[in-house]
Amino acid sequence: MLRVEGDNGSGKTSLLRIICGLLAPASGEVRWRDHAVARLHDSFSAELVYLGHAAALKDDLSAFENLELATRLAGDAPGRAELEAALAEAGLSTKLGAMARALSQGQRKRAALARLALSENKPLWVLDEPFTALDRQAFDWLLSLIEAHLLRGGLVVLTSHQGVPLNAGLSSVSILL
Amino acid sequence: MMFANTNWFYYAAPQRFFALAGKIIPPLYILATLLAIAGLVIGLGVAPTDAVQGDAYRIIFVHVPTAWMSMVIYVAMAFWAAVGLAFNARLALMLARAAAPTGALMTLLALVSGSLWGKPTWGTWWVWDARLTSELILLFLYLGFITLHAAIEDERRADRAAALVALVGVVNVPIIYFSVKWWNTLHQSASISLSKAPSIATPMLLGMLIMALAFWAYAIAVILSRTRIIILEREADTAWVQALRSVP
Amino acid sequence: MSTGSSAVSAVGGIQAVIVRDLRIALRRKSDTTAALFFFLIVASLFPIGVGPDPQLLRVIAPGIVWVAALLASMLSLSRLFADDYNDGTLEQLLLSAHPLALLVFGKMVAHWLTSGLLLSIIAPLLALQFDLSTRATFVLVITLLLGTPLLSLIGTIGAALTVGVRGASVLVSLLVLPLYVPVLIFGVGAIDASNAGVSSSAQLSLLAAMLLAGLFLSPLAAAAALRISLE
Repeated sequence: MLRVEGDNGSGKTSLLRIICGLLAPASGEVRWRDHAVARLHDSFSAELVYLGHAAALKDDLSAFENLELATRLAGDAPGRAELEAALAEAGLSTKLGAMARALSQGQRKRAALARLALSENKPLWVLDEPFTALDRQAFDWLLSLIEAHLLRGGLVVLTSHQGVPLNAGLSSVSILL
Repeated sequence: MMFANTNWFYYAAPQRFFALAGKIIPPLYILATLLAIAGLVIGLGVAPTDAVQGDAYRIIFVHVPTAWMSMVIYVAMAFWAAVGLAFNARLALMLARAAAPTGALMTLLALVSGSLWGKPTWGTWWVWDARLTSELILLFLYLGFITLHAAIEDERRADRAAALVALVGVVNVPIIYFSVKWWNTLHQSASISLSKAPSIATPMLLGMLIMALAFWAYAIAVILSRTRIIILEREADTAWVQALRSVP
Repeated sequence: MSTGSSAVSAVGGIQAVIVRDLRIALRRKSDTTAALFFFLIVASLFPIGVGPDPQLLRVIAPGIVWVAALLASMLSLSRLFADDYNDGTLEQLLLSAHPLALLVFGKMVAHWLTSGLLLSIIAPLLALQFDLSTRATFVLVITLLLGTPLLSLIGTIGAALTVGVRGASVLVSLLVLPLYVPVLIFGVGAIDASNAGVSSSAQLSLLAAMLLAGLFLSPLAAAAALRISLE
């Protein structure tokens, strides 16, 4: 796991976006599996989950519909049961049909994070401030998702103001911008 | 505008381009002036008065060359846009950006001169002639390019977005021209056309060609000048620009 | 693990986007209906402006209906990517496992379904107002069905270039209207030809050819424009 920390405005989000290929670096290049990311486009995106600062949810779609859309766009086709299970893990089993605009800040965050429960097949997770606005229970849930992913051999790059209390056996690096 | 015997990429660096352009510009202005004088002498003096249109037709010595230039500059702009996008070359994008206002000016001159021609010929200040209508749409394409570039604050995004507009435009220009021509012939039996210049006698053709070259030299000089200014603005923080400013 | 290279998942990507946009449009009906009312109102302004002479109106009706359709179709363009840009879902489109050009194509289709298609369906109402013959009305609808997809295709490029830019809606019009001219010319030309008793197959073929070219090229251009806009 790579943790990026720094003051607001130090460029943490930009760095993450450069890693995803959304932003072109002023110099140098990002490589994935030894290919320049700038050339890969969707074959790189297929191996990546990026959760930005904003919970990328359509206000006019329900949490369920949003999650379904996100997974379809990621090239996967989970069934109804899997989607509902992921949302239940996120503590939103009572809010499946509610329009996203009716959800609270924390609920929106969890709805966005539910995607991670279905992203075992994406080696690289890039998360911008994933722990903000989460209560204790959600915090632990997200931590367990990240740890499970790392144990599978996955990569996680995230920004966070506080430290991430990972299990001792998992390797992590922190950089300060 | 291509230097066949020098390594073109050498001049792709803004600093070297700046120096090179600085040397070419003054001779170009002189050339433009000389050619313009020659062209006007032929156009106003030497070429004979037309039996049908009298002396009013002489405006073609401005109208036709500027119309040609408006198209040539758009194609050049699109060329630089393509190079800039394909190779991520900043200078190419700067050249495209610099070319737009001059291209728009040429289009405007073509429209105004066409209008001046229309008045004695048709009695109105505007005619929906195929060429004039196409020039009008070309003007809108130029204005779209310029306005888009001005509206986007991030320079890099502005350059690239405008470049894409130029490319989409250049693909459409033949289609637009063709459709307008078709539209024009459909609606008039005796087609309203300013481009029915009197039978081209050699002095007239020569005059138009010389004026075209004059406008071309002028356009290159202006575009290069504008590019130099853009370079200075964008590279203001670099050492070589600072060094220039300290020269009294 | 599908990467969008198989035909099934390619269609899946397009389908996901279309379903999404249609669902949202159905839940926010006012956006769509506003554009339709605009179409009707603008077309109705012309008789008020030029006078009620039925002969004159019959002649200029094809042009009026087409220009009104053009403007109505353009109204919804700046909104095409604005909402997605604001809530962060546009980024996710760029990071999809599906090729961006296909997803953008999905947006173009959804745009047409909620603007051009509907305009083509209610156009006969306007034809009635202008006392167009049945034959002319028929050709009018055909030209709209062929031409409005082109408006969506070209317009999306303009919308993609102006994402997040101040004054985007006016800017999109400036960028896109010159490109609409050939569509307008051939669209109206086809109707005029049929009114004159002549075959309009030439104009319709040209519209169809432009549509085919647009179907292939526009998604690519719009995808490139989106990448430029979001860098």
